[in-house]
Amino acid sequence: MKSFTYERPSSPAEAAAAVAARPDAKFIAGGTNLLDLMKLQIETPRHLVDVNGLGLDTVEPTEEGGLRVGALVRNTDLAAHPRVRKDYGVLARALLAGASGQLRNKATTAGNLLQRTRCPYFYDTAQACNKRQPGSGCAALDGVNRSLAVIGGSEACIATHPGDMAVAMRVLDATVETVDASGSGRSIPIAEFHRLPGDEPQRDTNLRPGELITAVTLPKPVAGTHIYRKVRDRASYAYALVSVAAILGKDGSGHVAFGGVAHKPWRVEAAEADLPKGAKAVTARVFADAKPTHENAFKLTLAERTLTAALNQARA
Amino acid sequence: MKFDTPAGPNPIDRLKVVGRATDRIDGKYKTTGTAPYAYERHDAAPNAAYGYVLGAGIAKGRVRRIDTAAAKAAPGVIAIVTTLETPRIERGVMNVAYLFGGDVIQHYHQAIAVVVAETFEQARAAAFLVAAEYAPEDGAFDLAAAAPSAKPVPADSGEGSGGNGEERVGDFEGAFAQAPVTLDATYATADESHAMMEPHATTAAWDGDRVTLWTSNQMIGWGHGSLAKMLGLPKEKVRLDAPFVGGGFGGKLFVRADAVLAALAAKAAGRPVKVALTRPLIANNTTHRPATIQRVRIGATRDGTITAIAHESTSGNLPDGDPETAVNQTKFLYAGANRLTAMKLARLDLPEGNAMRAPGEAPGLAVLEVAMDEMAEKLGIDPVEFRIRNDTQVDPNQPDRPFSHRDLVGCLKLGAERFGWAKRNPKPGQVREGHWLVGHGMAAAFRNNMVLKSGARVRLSADGRVTVETDMTDIGTGSYTIIAQTAAEMMGVPLERVVARLGDSDFPVSSGSGGQFGANSSTAGVYAACVKLREAVAQKLGFNATDAVFEDGEVRAGNRAIPLAQAAADGELVAEDAIEFGKISKAQQVSTFGAHFAEVAVDAYTAEVRVRRMLAVCAAGRILNPKSARSQVIGGMVMGTGAALMEELAVDTKRGFFANHDLAGYEVPVHADIPHQEVIFLDEVDPMSSPMKAKGVGELGISGVGAAVANAIYNATGIRVRDYPITLDKLLDRMPDAA
Repeated sequence: MKSFTYERPSSPAEAAAAVAARPDAKFIAGGTNLLDLMKLQIETPRHLVDVNGLGLDTVEPTEEGGLRVGALVRNTDLAAHPRVRKDYGVLARALLAGASGQLRNKATTAGNLLQRTRCPYFYDTAQACNKRQPGSGCAALDGVNRSLAVIGGSEACIATHPGDMAVAMRVLDATVETVDASGSGRSIPIAEFHRLPGDEPQRDTNLRPGELITAVTLPKPVAGTHIYRKVRDRASYAYALVSVAAILGKDGSGHVAFGGVAHKPWRVEAAEADLPKGAKAVTARVFADAKPTHENAFKLTLAERTLTAALNQARA
Repeated sequence: MKFDTPAGPNPIDRLKVVGRATDRIDGKYKTTGTAPYAYERHDAAPNAAYGYVLGAGIAKGRVRRIDTAAAKAAPGVIAIVTTLETPRIERGVMNVAYLFGGDVIQHYHQAIAVVVAETFEQARAAAFLVAAEYAPEDGAFDLAAAAPSAKPVPADSGEGSGGNGEERVGDFEGAFAQAPVTLDATYATADESHAMMEPHATTAAWDGDRVTLWTSNQMIGWGHGSLAKMLGLPKEKVRLDAPFVGGGFGGKLFVRADAVLAALAAKAAGRPVKVALTRPLIANNTTHRPATIQRVRIGATRDGTITAIAHESTSGNLPDGDPETAVNQTKFLYAGANRLTAMKLARLDLPEGNAMRAPGEAPGLAVLEVAMDEMAEKLGIDPVEFRIRNDTQVDPNQPDRPFSHRDLVGCLKLGAERFGWAKRNPKPGQVREGHWLVGHGMAAAFRNNMVLKSGARVRLSADGRVTVETDMTDIGTGSYTIIAQTAAEMMGVPLERVVARLGDSDFPVSSGSGGQFGANSSTAGVYAACVKLREAVAQKLGFNATDAVFEDGEVRAGNRAIPLAQAAADGELVAEDAIEFGKISKAQQVSTFGAHFAEVAVDAYTAEVRVRRMLAVCAAGRILNPKSARSQVIGGMVMGTGAALMEELAVDTKRGFFANHDLAGYEVPVHADIPHQEVIFLDEVDPMSSPMKAKGVGELGISGVGAAVANAIYNATGIRVRDYPITLDKLLDRMPDAA
């Protein structure tokens, strides 16, 4: 860990200004990912702006009938919130499928969106990784890549977004609310929040320098069976090989997003019309441009079969 | 004491303390955080500085230059020791790779420097400022690619299994060609990491030319000699102390970089230094269980009598390294007149392969016992019955050598009964519960019973307390408790009156912990010392030692009964002895046996495997403490489940290292993966093993588990995966249609 300075701003705009003022600054909230990365010098901020004291930790109903989730609401609290349990089951289930109880107690809503990839080469500073060190190359392309992206990758990076919460938010059409140094806010649809790696894999999201997440807004609830099905190599405390976040009616119609397959939660809305026809019709379209590696091609089969499980569950 | 005749009746047979389910006497220290582990010796070295080990960023080649200027100027830095300014250090017992010194890099994350600073964070930050320049070389990193060039080589795992590169009995090829029913299948097992809870760690302090290392090591005797040699000191100038070891599984049988670098760093810093290997270093800097490619051929008559059996295993290692002894059990487990076993070794430049819990048998039985399942199916014979039909009471390679005591059949029969094996549907892929495909599998377990010389000192003090001193280690296994139980039984005192002191090289040299030899050997050493102490007590109190009964804190014979403590009234009585195992240990085959049963459910959609219940039946002589022995076996079952379902060091065959080098990437079972586990010990003794009549269980518990799980997966799905771990991607393409 490199030594760093630390401050606690008194308002979101002040926090944004503090980070915008210097390129080596970062926000810290729960710190469940950032601190680990700092210890390994994968992240080397020289200034930390602690946003924990800014409030932003309540869940409020919106006028549209949705929910506004403060950026600092802890994963445990969000998963247990009565409205979330009642109306956004896919989100509660996704949260509880992630990490461990201890981590969820600390991890925040905004921080969860910003967690970084678990690609093994990102984690080893002796290895080439364009995400960690732009221009150094991507060892994962011809290395150990069983867990990595099957779609949306580039010659520069095939990392996956490791989270569960964002996949549920993607199927819920959530909106990420931010504030910048000038105090003005913007709303970013979740679909546009995370980026594909392209030739800038170091950028996980479309946040601008210093832009601070203040909340995530969920639109009014969508009826149907809320399913979050996470498939992994052990029963708990592991990242998804593939996950399916779905809201489905008895006839199979509805919405679906996939986790563990790309640099961002993966959803192709145009394919959802085919849901009543069964999983194969949907995944054929959703993953039409897939470029899996030898090691991770199984994820395509797994995605289809997991969606089948979700459809059968919704129909039952 | 020489052990050269079968054990007769002795005071242990009373079983007033030994053989009773007993809580760990050291448990309170662990649960209250007061057990002093190697990295937390604030008591012994309160002013220790922190050493941080830097691993090489290449897999093979040379270090050209190490620039420490920036690191030396970093805050808090006290000293930096680099491999380039250190002559290559000799290897210790069982070391294959060199640990430090010189410019040659043999494997990824080989230590190239240790940075010492006032705090851990300062040492770690400064280590990132050390800049190394390398001259990389090409290496061989792919076992499958190197396997065709592998040659048969002899090996001894150092943990009780081994033999010649190739061993033959009869005419295997001829008998196999003539057998009406045959199996010829090839399997693979993965590289695995010990992943023990406590990392390798050492605190070192010099006092003039003497050095003390508070370390985490299974074998103090080996470590003591090794470190003296490595540091160029006479043994009297080196002391090791390891009262608590947070797991080892074979990864701490030998000295590793933490100990060497702590000693060098403490010398350079001029004050005590502590070094723990970080989790990312453990996969590539230390040792691992090597991957294997194994071919099994079995020929049998139609009634299920094995006439030909061959087991060949290929693994890789660094130069001077051994093959994995995966064919060992096949020499002993089943009858059959025509036999072939072979171990082949390929040269690889991956990190050092070495012993891990049940080296040989763990990966060997994971394969052999799947082959037996496949063969049983071909024969149309129940897998339990097939094994019973091919039981042998003699060493099949040397039929004039009987087993000392072998009740594999008893394990199989009792296990089948308790597990409800008869209710299993033998036809695979038939049992469905909702979206789960349910299956049952079993495997035999086998592990040799090795014995090692083991010494102890026993003291009787005036307050009647009995103190045992031995360099035996407790690596979480329960050594403290069984050693105290043994002394309590021998001296006729309650357990609370015994103090066990372990892990110090100033104490008599014991067997140490490994190869499941520790429990039997070390308690036999305590037995020997107690026999001597009893003689001293008897003499002091005027008894004939052979008549005296030590019971209830008294020594009794005829009408006389004198408190034991009185023998030490005018001064402590001290006795020291060691058990030494004579030819008797070779005259007969002394082994441990078991049967594992598993029920699994496989998700019909995703092919996720969940183990639902497990049963082990073990025949391992006298069970000294059923409670800690059970813990050993269920721990082995967990580890075997990990090997079956998820554990794999992922080899980057281009760059030459294990890429998933932390506990997020190297997955071991979590609580949610482990179901109800039941363990049954057959009530038996083996007088050929030691005066304790006990054998080991710590490795028997893992042996065969993987195959039981694999066979259950086959029974559930009809899919035979011959490549461990059985992750869902290997099942998915062959799963029944999910729609």
